[in-house]
Amino acid sequence: MRLAAPGKASPAKSEQIILFRVSGQLFAISSAAVQEVRSADSMSGAAAEISAPGLRKVRHVVRRGDRSLFIVNGAMHFGLHAAEGTLLFVLRKTRTALLIDGIEKMTSMTRLQSLPLCFCHEERQWYRGLTALDQTVVPVVHPEGFLSSEELALLDSALLQTDAAAAQNPEVTDPSL
Amino acid sequence: MTVSTELEVQSFVLLRLGERRFAVSANQIAELVAPSRVFRFPHRTLKLEGVILRRGRIVPVCDVSEMLLGKRLTSRRFYLIAVRNYGTQREWIAVPVTGECELIKAEMMGAAESDAPHVAGWLSHDGDVIEVLNLDALTPGTGPALAGATVRQPAEVRL
Repeated sequence: MRLAAPGKASPAKSEQIILFRVSGQLFAISSAAVQEVRSADSMSGAAAEISAPGLRKVRHVVRRGDRSLFIVNGAMHFGLHAAEGTLLFVLRKTRTALLIDGIEKMTSMTRLQSLPLCFCHEERQWYRGLTALDQTVVPVVHPEGFLSSEELALLDSALLQTDAAAAQNPEVTDPSL
Repeated sequence: MTVSTELEVQSFVLLRLGERRFAVSANQIAELVAPSRVFRFPHRTLKLEGVILRRGRIVPVCDVSEMLLGKRLTSRRFYLIAVRNYGTQREWIAVPVTGECELIKAEMMGAAESDAPHVAGWLSHDGDVIEVLNLDALTPGTGPALAGATVRQPAEVRL
């Protein structure tokens, strides 16, 4: 039995992507989705601890004016072995800063295949799809897939408590990311 | 009263999983290929090992042995590439098998109500009674999360 063949080659339009690693696993993200790349150390001074029930992947928050960026541990998000993240991707149009191991390289993809339909759980929120690069298949992450609206609500609630605690003891910050 | 039980001869592919043989309608089979590198990435869907690259397509690999035999395959010789239906959409899925496959013609008896959902029917071949598999029921891909996703996402996006 045959399925419709993948679309015929047309003038290739490409998308710039960043390949990065989390716990040794390779992922890709559109470079347009990354607003900043920062070392985890450089953000540590501004980070405050946060704890939302049942949400272990976020333990720190960074305040930027009236905006809060939640630092999502990539390894915990994907259920990988815990790793010491060294870089942060501040993701555009989200409230997420993603903690990763490191950047592999920048490249471009010309084809994004949607996630096969038999993948039917959280990964459908995690990934925009899969791309084949140099005979390797790489999942392309969805920038908005790291924190759901329910998780953001939990974090906002926890943030209020953090603020209340900080108001009582204004010198407390957490240098450990 | 006489019940007419005329059965139609159809084509099936016999596949081997460990010591047992199963059948799948030949209409659902694309090809039999040698094992190739499985690319793994984090996900939460049980039974899916990862994906393989086949003719420019990314094909998920689904090991059905645990569900059918109660244990995982220790060796695999081929991937049977089959078509899996998702409502009106169809996609390839790779099922690891342990031996050569065989194309046969046989009459299938429909499944009984007491049969498991993955049993499409039964056929008799070489003195064996063989389960005909319903891959749509045997492999993952249903649920509310899927329904939303199929509407939103095209099968492939050329950038």
